[in-house]
Amino acid sequence: MKFTSLSKMIGGAAVLAATAATPALAVDLQFYFPVAVGGSAAQTIESLTKTYEAAHPDVHIKPVYTGSYTETVAKAITAARGGNPPQLAVIGAAEMFNLIDENIVVPFDGYVSKQEAKAWFGGFYPAFMANSQAFGKTWGIPFQRSTPVMYWNKDAFKKAGLDPNQPPKTWGELVTDAQKLTVRNADGKVTQWGVRIPTAGFPYWLYQGLAIPAGVTLASKDGTQVNFDSPAAVKAAQFMLDLTTRYKVMEPGTLDWGTTPKAFFTGNAAIIWTTTGNLTNITKNAPFPFGVGFLPADKHFGAPTGGGNWYLFKKSTAEQKQAAVKFVQWMTAPTQAAKWTMATGYVAPRPADWDTPALKAYVKKVPGALVAREQLKYAGPELTVYQNARVTQILNNALEAIMSGQKQPAPALKQAQAQADAVLRPYQQ
Amino acid sequence: MRRETLHAWLLLLPAAVLLASFTHIPAIETVVNSFFSTARGMRPSHFVGLGNYRNLIADPTFWQAMRNNLLYAAITIPLSMGIALAMALLVRGRIGGRGFLRMAFFTPTVLPLIAVANIWIFFYTPGFGLLNQIGALFGLPNMNFLGQGATALYAVAAVSVWKEAGFFMIFYLAALQTIPPSLIEAARLEGASSWHVFRRVTLPLIMPTTLFISVNAVINAFRLVDQVFVMTQGGPDNASTLLFYYIYQVGFQFWDTAYAATLTVVMLAILVAIAIGQFFLLDRKVHYR
Repeated sequence: MKFTSLSKMIGGAAVLAATAATPALAVDLQFYFPVAVGGSAAQTIESLTKTYEAAHPDVHIKPVYTGSYTETVAKAITAARGGNPPQLAVIGAAEMFNLIDENIVVPFDGYVSKQEAKAWFGGFYPAFMANSQAFGKTWGIPFQRSTPVMYWNKDAFKKAGLDPNQPPKTWGELVTDAQKLTVRNADGKVTQWGVRIPTAGFPYWLYQGLAIPAGVTLASKDGTQVNFDSPAAVKAAQFMLDLTTRYKVMEPGTLDWGTTPKAFFTGNAAIIWTTTGNLTNITKNAPFPFGVGFLPADKHFGAPTGGGNWYLFKKSTAEQKQAAVKFVQWMTAPTQAAKWTMATGYVAPRPADWDTPALKAYVKKVPGALVAREQLKYAGPELTVYQNARVTQILNNALEAIMSGQKQPAPALKQAQAQADAVLRPYQQ
Repeated sequence: MRRETLHAWLLLLPAAVLLASFTHIPAIETVVNSFFSTARGMRPSHFVGLGNYRNLIADPTFWQAMRNNLLYAAITIPLSMGIALAMALLVRGRIGGRGFLRMAFFTPTVLPLIAVANIWIFFYTPGFGLLNQIGALFGLPNMNFLGQGATALYAVAAVSVWKEAGFFMIFYLAALQTIPPSLIEAARLEGASSWHVFRRVTLPLIMPTTLFISVNAVINAFRLVDQVFVMTQGGPDNASTLLFYYIYQVGFQFWDTAYAATLTVVMLAILVAIAIGQFFLLDRKVHYR
């Protein structure tokens, strides 16, 4: 009897204390985030959120880990269709038109003053904003953004009689270097390939590392047109195929993404192309000195961007939106961006981020991180159109058919263009 | 009598509610949705009649997925069942290390398919992958199993056979142990050879199990696609796309939910037809006791 009343009193006190600690007008926020790289991405997001909550007791924020990029966008759209979306989500930048078309996101412009907007949106690298803005509004805030770079094995370069500090800078040099780097045994079997560009699953991304230097942006700015069958696009696909069949410096068939770093470590491939997100992994595991460089140039240097942006969801109160935008502003501020970049290998998306003492110290230790930043000057947006997944799949199928020898580049891309046109026709008024 | 009926219905109610809300109503909704267009943002969905079905007939990816799935079923079902029976016969008798063998055969079933598929990627990897390294010992050329249209589907099918055979073995093992030894001894006394005993005594007696396994194998051939997600994402150029994977892609990547519903209806129809066929046709050859 006594015990119950005592516990009731304690319980009552706890409730009182809890109410006292929380201001009457606390705002609850929830956001979805994917994890696409190894390392401590999820822990970093959670600890950053906790830091913010501690400094802002009037806001409760619940981060929800939602799997891969594909799963995250699927969950966010499902939740929005069910009438219960999160206030924020980190979703692929290329999904912008899709989310606008679903009518479930709102631009950030309405929640910051004109000057603030100019300073905030204008502070990011233009390459990242290219697929974050549409119709004069900003729909996505760059957060976990990446770009592909070239990694080369310096020991293999020495063995082949090449200067280990001079990576190939043009397509022509890539071919001649790769020919020297391709090693065959007595039976003519290849024991080391010159170059490896992974082309299985989603070849469209690295293909743009050839298409952009060849002089073509695959999609129009308004996301309603694609240029799959332009001469430059065909030229880029032909070059990718030639690496396997004509120059014989790359393993034929499509090549898996996940096993690419492993192929590099075991000496199966002397040059690989992959995301900057692999920098931490390769730094830790490569048993030889390696270099990080730009993707080689054709007409000029170039690479696609990739990765995720913050999106603001429509169905929430004005208060929640205001609080959500404040949170995103804080998450993308230089101090937090620096922490995030060091934990994951993503490219810090603003010049100001790179001026923080933390990142300055980091690039001294990992100079490869700078390469991605420098390459951004030449980078273009990755394919971003309406019905993005479907159009991307059309291009993926064409590229896989080319790389596995089932179709020639020109007819395959012509067919892909026709298929994409059919999907995009309703959006071209 | 009335009261009993009422009781019966009350007892059935929990199961009925669950089945209805998670199976029957969604199935009916799927059929209904297949006659409407997909709603997109500002444009609400509207009735299109058989429009989605006309698109389906004209969709080359659908036909490719169907062809792939039939080939996949034709490979995985007989192979996994045959291997399962062979393994069961092997570990039934008194042989050394029987417990270890049984465990080894069953292990693939316990492992999660996603994890297993990630390991198989490394087996198949060209150059330094396990299979190519073994092949190199015998002077075989380098093979890019998952990266060639001609081999990708077979490579994916091999993983399913490896995964399923151990599971089916357990059922065969249980069935084999229920066969009365007296029947086999009687056959032996009549002078029947081992093969004859197997064909005339063992095989007919395990027919109910075979039917059960084959129904499961057929369903799995259409249902288990996890390894496609991990290993090939349906590529290269849809060479390893299976029907269920295509439904996922259309529904949850392209967000064309109406067309995904149409594909689902077709898949349901196929599965129902096969299940009915199996029960009615095979039933005549099955001896239940």
